[in-house]
Amino acid sequence: MTGERDAPEAAARPRRGIIARALPLTLVPIVAILGALVVAAVIIILSSLVQGSLDLMLPLEAYANLVEGAFGSVRGLTFTLLSATPLILGGMAVGLGFKAGLFNIGAQGQFLMGALGAAGVGASMAGASPFVAVPAAIVAGALFGAAWGFIPGALKAWTGAHEVVTTIMLNFIAGIFIGYLITGPLEAAGFSFSRTGPVGNAALPTLFGTDIHLGVVLAVALVPAVWWLLWRSTLGFEIRTVGANPDAARYAGMHPAFLTILTMSLCGLLAGLAGAGQILGISGFMTASYGTSIGFDAISVALLGRAHPVGILLAALLFGAMRAGSGLMQIKAGIPVEIIDVIQATILLFLAADIVVRRLLRIRAPGSEPTELQTVTRTYGSGTPT
Amino acid sequence: MTDSPSQRVHVPAIEMRGVTKRYPGVVANDQIDLDVRPGEIHALLGENGAGKSTLMNILYGLATPDEGEILIDGTPVTIHSPSDAIDRGISMVHQHFMLVPVLSVAENILLGDEPMANPVFLDRKDAHDRIRKLGAQFGFEVDPDAKVGSLSVGWQQRVEILKALYRSASVLVLDEPTAVLTPQETREIFAVLRQLTAELGTSIIFISHKLYEVLEIADRITVIRRGKVVGSRIPSETDEEDLAELMVGRDVQLTVDRGESTPGEVVLTADSLRIADDRGREVVHGVSFEVRAGEIFGIAGVAGNGQDELVEAIMGLRRKVAGRVTLGGRDVSSASPRELHGRGVGFVPADRHRYGLILSFPITDNIVLNDYHRAPYSHGLVRDDDAVRTRTQECVTEFDVRTPSITVDAGTLSGGNQQKVVVARELGRDPKLLVLDQPTRGLDVGSIEFIHRETIERRTAGTAVLLISAELDEILELSDRIGVMYRGEIVAVVDARKADKEEIGLLMATGGKVSPDATKNMAAELDQAS
Repeated sequence: MTGERDAPEAAARPRRGIIARALPLTLVPIVAILGALVVAAVIIILSSLVQGSLDLMLPLEAYANLVEGAFGSVRGLTFTLLSATPLILGGMAVGLGFKAGLFNIGAQGQFLMGALGAAGVGASMAGASPFVAVPAAIVAGALFGAAWGFIPGALKAWTGAHEVVTTIMLNFIAGIFIGYLITGPLEAAGFSFSRTGPVGNAALPTLFGTDIHLGVVLAVALVPAVWWLLWRSTLGFEIRTVGANPDAARYAGMHPAFLTILTMSLCGLLAGLAGAGQILGISGFMTASYGTSIGFDAISVALLGRAHPVGILLAALLFGAMRAGSGLMQIKAGIPVEIIDVIQATILLFLAADIVVRRLLRIRAPGSEPTELQTVTRTYGSGTPT
Repeated sequence: MTDSPSQRVHVPAIEMRGVTKRYPGVVANDQIDLDVRPGEIHALLGENGAGKSTLMNILYGLATPDEGEILIDGTPVTIHSPSDAIDRGISMVHQHFMLVPVLSVAENILLGDEPMANPVFLDRKDAHDRIRKLGAQFGFEVDPDAKVGSLSVGWQQRVEILKALYRSASVLVLDEPTAVLTPQETREIFAVLRQLTAELGTSIIFISHKLYEVLEIADRITVIRRGKVVGSRIPSETDEEDLAELMVGRDVQLTVDRGESTPGEVVLTADSLRIADDRGREVVHGVSFEVRAGEIFGIAGVAGNGQDELVEAIMGLRRKVAGRVTLGGRDVSSASPRELHGRGVGFVPADRHRYGLILSFPITDNIVLNDYHRAPYSHGLVRDDDAVRTRTQECVTEFDVRTPSITVDAGTLSGGNQQKVVVARELGRDPKLLVLDQPTRGLDVGSIEFIHRETIERRTAGTAVLLISAELDEILELSDRIGVMYRGEIVAVVDARKADKEEIGLLMATGGKVSPDATKNMAAELDQAS
C-alpha cells in the first residue's frame, strides 16, 4: 500500500511502563466483558417481564449474587479456583498455538486423551505409593495429550493438512476411542455404569484442608513458565517468529516444520495436564461418556486473554468465577445458570467483532491489534510450512 | 476579482488549499497548496514519508483532511471515499497494482462498476468493444480476455491506466509508476501519458522520487518535504541537483564515487544452476557466474526473469534442480540459511516485509533475527536481553536508523528506516559475501545514498557483493561487472565501465535476440510467451 511508507513515524512511542503497555491490549477484552454483562442484563430484565413484573434491578441483584457465590466464602473461592484450573491450562494450550500461528481447536481432544492417560495409569497404580503413582499419572496425562497434539502438528508439517480440520477430527476420534476403551478393555468391574477403576493413591493431594488440589498449584505455576518460554527463551523466540512470519523464520535459519510439530505437542501437553488434573484431582475416575466443554471454553479464554499467559490466567479466573457463582445466583435471584453461557458467548462475539469495537471506541493505539484473530481468520491451508 | 471567460480557462482541474492532516505526534500534511491545471502533467516530488501519499489519499477519499479544502474545476468538494473520487473523475494508479491476476483484463477494468445487460448478466460485448477501442486509440491493443496474471508488469500498468480511461477519468494520479519498468517501457508509458494530456486534456499527477524522470515528463514540479511544500519548479528552469537539495533539504551526492575495485580470490561461484518456481516450472536454466572478493557483481533484469528464484536458491531457501554453488571453494549447494549465515554470508532480501523483518516485533528482535541463538545474544536456551539491546543501539547509531526508541515495533518505522534495520543487521557483521536483492526498492534519495555508500565501503574493504536489482541505474552505479538476466539465463556479462545503458536496457527487454528496431514488438512478444 502506498499509505504504509508515509505512515506517521511519530505514532511509534518508546516502551513505557507495564500498565501503559498492557492497556491497549486489554481495552477490547474489557469492553467485551462489560458489553456482555450489559447484554445479559437486558436479557434478565426481559425474562422478568415474561414472568409478569418488570424488574430493572434484577440484573444487579443477579450479578451481586454471582460475585458473592464466587468470592463470598471459602467454599465459593475454592470452587472458583477449581473451575478456573483446567481453563488456565486449556487456555494456554490454545494461546501457545496462537503465538505460533496455529489455531488449536483440538484442546478438547487433547484434554480428553490427557484425562484418559491419567485415569488409565492412575487406576493401574492405585495401590502404589503416592510418591510414584501421582507423578506417573500426571506424566501419563501430559504425554497422552502431547501425543494428541503431535499428530496434527506432524500432519501439518509433513503434508500441509490444516490444523483446524485435523484437530476437529481428532476431537471426535478421541471421544470415540475413549468410549471404546472404557466400555471395553479399561472398564472396571462392579459398577452400574461404564467407568475406569478408582485412581486411589494416584489422586492429587489437597492443600490447606480444602478441596484445592496440587493441580491448581501446577496450573498457576505454569503461567510464568509459559511466559518465560515465550519471551525469555530462544525457543519461544522461534515459536513467535514462525507465528508472526514463517518466511522470515526460514530466512533466519529456523525450522518452521519442526517448530509446528513441537508447538502443537506442547499445546497438547498443556491440555493433557488439564485433563489429568480433572481426573486425578476431582472425579477420581473416568466414564465412557466423559462430558465436558472445557476444550472449547479454552478457546474463548485464550481469545479473551489475548493469548498472553497472564491474560489467560485472568480470563480463566473470570470464567471459573462465573461458573462457581452461578449456583447461588440461580437460588437467590432465580436466574438460570445458563445465563453464564450467554455471557461467555457474547464476550466471544464482541472479541470476534474486534474491528467494529475498535472503530466504535476510536481505539487507535499502536500494537493493539490482536494477532491471534488473524490466526483464526487466516485462509485455511495457506500456511504450509516447509 | 471577476471571473471572465478568458480567466476561466485557467481554473485548475484540481486545487488543494491549505490542506492539513495530523496524525498522533506528526503533521503529515501542513498547509499544503497544490493546483493542477487541465491537461497538465504535474509532478509531486518528495522523499518517502514527506507526505505525498497522505496528500493523494486525501484527494482520493482514503483520508479526511483536518483543515483545508479541495476544489475540482473551481468548485469546493468533499471527497468521502474512493468511489466518491471516481465519480468526480479522479483515478489513481497505485504503485502496487490493484489488479486481480486470475481475472481477465476486461473483468479487472469492469470491477466495481459492472455494466449490466440485464439484472443478472454482465454486458460483456459492449464493454469489450469499448476497451479495444480505447486501447487502439493509445497504441496498446490488449486482448480483453487475457488473464492479467499472464501479462508483463509494463502491460499490467497499461491495464491500470486503461481502467482509469474507461471510467472517463479527468484526473489521473500515478504513484511511482516507473518503479517496476525498464527504460524502454518507461519511455512508452511516458508517450501514452503525453498523448492523454494532449488528446483528452487529462490532468496527471505524477508522484515520484526519480529526479531525471520528473524533469523529463512534468510540466510543473511541486516538491514536498516533511509535510510542507518547499518549492515549485518548471523543468526548464531547474536541474537534478537543485531538486535533490529541495527534496532532502541539504546537499546530496547523487552518485557515489565507487572508486577502483581490486578483485581478489573467487568467493562465490554458481555453476549451471537450474531452479524451478513454486509451481515446478523451471525458471532458471543453467546460470553460471562468479563473484570475487572486493568486487560488486550486479545482475540486471526486469523483475520476474528468474532473479528471485536464483537468489532464494543461492541462499538455501529454495531447492536447486541441478547445479552447484561454492563459497570460498567449499560446496554449499545444499547448505541451510543458517549454515550460510555462519559462513559469513550477509543477505538483504528483496521483500523486507516477507523475509527481512518481523513487523510486529521490536527493532531489537529484528536486529538479532538470525543471530538470536548465538552468544552473546543467548546462553543455551536463555536469551540475553541486555546484549541484544547493546547490539541494537550500536546498529541504530552506526546505520542512522531514525526511531524514537530501539524497542518500538519495526512496523512503525518508515520504509527507509525499516530497510536500514535489515542492512544494519546484514552489513554490521562484516560479511565475506554480501547478497543484496533490490536493496533500495521504494526508498528515498537519502536512504539510497546511505546504503550505496555503505555497500561501496564494504566492497572496497574486500567483501564480495552480489547485487540484484531491477533498477538499472542502481546496477550501473554500483557494479564492477554486470550480468544481464533474461528469461532465466544470464545473456551477457559486461564490464561496468564500458557498459552502455541503452544496450543493457535492450538486453533486459529482449535478451539480445531481436534487432533494436524490433523493441516495439517486445511487449507483444512477451505476452505471447506467457
